[in-house]
Amino acid sequence: MDLKLLKQHAPCAWEIPAQGKMRVPAMIYASEELVRAMDHKVWEQAVNVAMLPGIVGASYVMPDAHWGYGFPIGGVAAFDADAGGVVSAGGVGFDVSCGVRCLHTGLHREHILAVQTKLADTLFERIPAGVGSTGAIRLGSAQMDAMLSGGAKWAVGRGWGTSADLERIEEHGQMLHAKPKFVSEQAKKRQREEMGTLGSGNHYLEVQEVTAVYDEAIATAYGLAPGDVVLMIHCGSRGLGHQIGTEFLRRMVVAAPSHGLLLPDRELACAPIHSDLGQEYLGAMRAAINCALANRQILTQLVRDVFADLLPSAQLPVLYDVSHNTCKLETHKVDGRQRELYVHRKGATRAWGPGHPELPQALRASGQPVLIGGSMGTGSYVLAGTTASESLAFSSACHGAGRAMSRNQALRNWDGRTVVDDLARRGILVRSPSMRGVAEEAPDAYKDVSAVVDAADAAGLARKVARLEPLVCVKG
Amino acid sequence: MDNHWEHFEHGADIGVRGLGATKAAAFEQAALALTAVITDPPRVVPVTTVHIRCTAPDDELLLVEWLNALVYEMAVRRMLFGRFHVELDGTRLEAQATGEPASVQRHQPAVEIKGATYTALRVAPSDGGWLAQTVVDV
Repeated sequence: MDLKLLKQHAPCAWEIPAQGKMRVPAMIYASEELVRAMDHKVWEQAVNVAMLPGIVGASYVMPDAHWGYGFPIGGVAAFDADAGGVVSAGGVGFDVSCGVRCLHTGLHREHILAVQTKLADTLFERIPAGVGSTGAIRLGSAQMDAMLSGGAKWAVGRGWGTSADLERIEEHGQMLHAKPKFVSEQAKKRQREEMGTLGSGNHYLEVQEVTAVYDEAIATAYGLAPGDVVLMIHCGSRGLGHQIGTEFLRRMVVAAPSHGLLLPDRELACAPIHSDLGQEYLGAMRAAINCALANRQILTQLVRDVFADLLPSAQLPVLYDVSHNTCKLETHKVDGRQRELYVHRKGATRAWGPGHPELPQALRASGQPVLIGGSMGTGSYVLAGTTASESLAFSSACHGAGRAMSRNQALRNWDGRTVVDDLARRGILVRSPSMRGVAEEAPDAYKDVSAVVDAADAAGLARKVARLEPLVCVKG
Repeated sequence: MDNHWEHFEHGADIGVRGLGATKAAAFEQAALALTAVITDPPRVVPVTTVHIRCTAPDDELLLVEWLNALVYEMAVRRMLFGRFHVELDGTRLEAQATGEPASVQRHQPAVEIKGATYTALRVAPSDGGWLAQTVVDV
C-alpha cells in the first residue's frame, strides 16, 4: 500500500481521510512495514466499506488485513440500524463464527514428550479432519434446530462438556435471537454429517507449550506460565455456515438495488438492518454462530476423551473461546454517548477491555483473552483486551498471521512430506490426511505472526500476554 | 481458442478461470479449475453423473450459481467431479457433472471449498473465445 495515501497518527495508526463518497474515514492499525506489504486492494476495500450507509466511527483495518470479499479480511465496521445501517454477508464471511478455543491441560512439556507420538496419532485418529470427513453425531430435524438455537449450551446439555465451560465462551456459549427457520434445508443438509469435524485449509488442532510470558500479572490471571501446555482448536461453522454465507451473499447482491443501495462494488452486497432480508440474515447468521460454538464444544469433548485415555491426570478447562467472523449487536460509547451498533468483524477478534460486564468474574480485571493463531511451525499468541481498544476500533484486534503467498506458490515451493519431516526434526509432530494440504499450509507460506501481534500491541488494540509454540498439530 | 483452465492469485484464497471456444466451454473449464483447487482433476474417475440446473439474472451471477451448485453437490455427496458438460440457454444452465466418491488416499484432497465469491468475477469474450472467472473461498 502506498504510504502517500495515508495520514500517520502514531507509529501503528494510519488514517485514510474521508474523501469522495466516504461517510467516515478509514483507520489502519499496523506498523509501517506491514502497511507497505498490504495489497492496495485493502485500501480500496476499506474505502468502499466507509461508503456504506449507517457506518459509525470509521472503517477499521487490523494489522493482519488482506484482500477479502467486499470487506477486507481483518476489517471491522459498525452500523447504526436507525441511521439506515446495513448488515453484510460478505462483512462476516463464508465461515461464520470461525474462531479459536484454548484449553488448559494442567500438564507440562515433559508430560507431552513422554507420549507425544501416541498423542499425535490418537488425536488424528479420533478428531475427524480434512476434506469429506464426517462426525459420529447425526442430528434429526428437531435436534438440528435445537443445536442452532442453543450453541455450546445445547452441546453441554447433551453431555459434551460442563456448564463451567460456558462462561469462558463468548455469549456464554449461546448466541441469542438465532432463527433456525431462516436456515435453508440445503444448509442443514450440508451440516448433517459435519458436527464435530475440524474442516480443512487453515483449520487445526494443536497441543502447544507456553514459551514466553510478556505480562506476568495477566498471564497468572489467565492461568498461563512458561512450560505449561495448552490445546488450541481453530475451526468454524462448517458446511452450514458456508451455505448460509453463499445463499445470503447471492440474495443481497440481487436485492441491493431494490433497497436503494448503489454499491461501489457488487461484492459489498448488504441489506438494511431494518429490512426483511437483513433480519433473516441476522437470524440465520446467529444460528451459524451457534453451530460453530456447538462444533468447538463437541471437538473439546473428543479431545478430553483422548487425554482421559492417554494422560488421565490432565484436566482440560476452557481458557477462552473467541470467534473472528461475526456481526454482533453491541453497546459502544461514541462521542460520549452509548449507542447500539451492529459490529462486523471479518477476520478480526472482539477484545473487551478490563471491567467489561460480559467477561467472567475471574477474567474481568485482566480484560478478555484474545487468541491469535499462527502457522503450524511458528507460534500462536494470547493477548488481552485493553481499555483503549474501545475508542480505537470498537474493542477489536487482529486474528492471525495471514498468508504471505498463494496456495499454488506454496505448492511450487514445498513438498508436504518434507514439511512434516522438517517439523518433526524440530519436535513438532504434524498429522494430516493430505500431504498436498500440508504443503499449502507450510509455515513460511504465512506472514510473521509476531509482527502482527507486536503491531496490535503497539497500536493499543490488545496487550501481548504469552507466546505458544506447537508440539503436536492435527491439520485438516 | 483451445479449451483450458488456470488459477489466478488472490491473497489467502484462489481464483478459478475457465477459457473456452464457447461460453459453455468456459463454464466447463472453470469447473475443472474448481476441482483442481482440491485435487488433480485427472485423478477423478468418472463413475457417477449428477445433473445440475440453475438460473440467474446475468452471465456472471450464473457462473457463481454454477460453481456454488458444484460446491454443494461435492459437500453433500462427498464426491469429486472430473468431467463436465454444460449447456446454456440465455441465463439458464443445464449440466452434467461426472465423478466419484472422494478418497483421501487416491485424491489427497488439499482443501474444501466454502463457496464461490463475486470477487474478480468476469464472464466475457476473450481472444476469439470466452473467459469465465471468479475467486473461491477456501
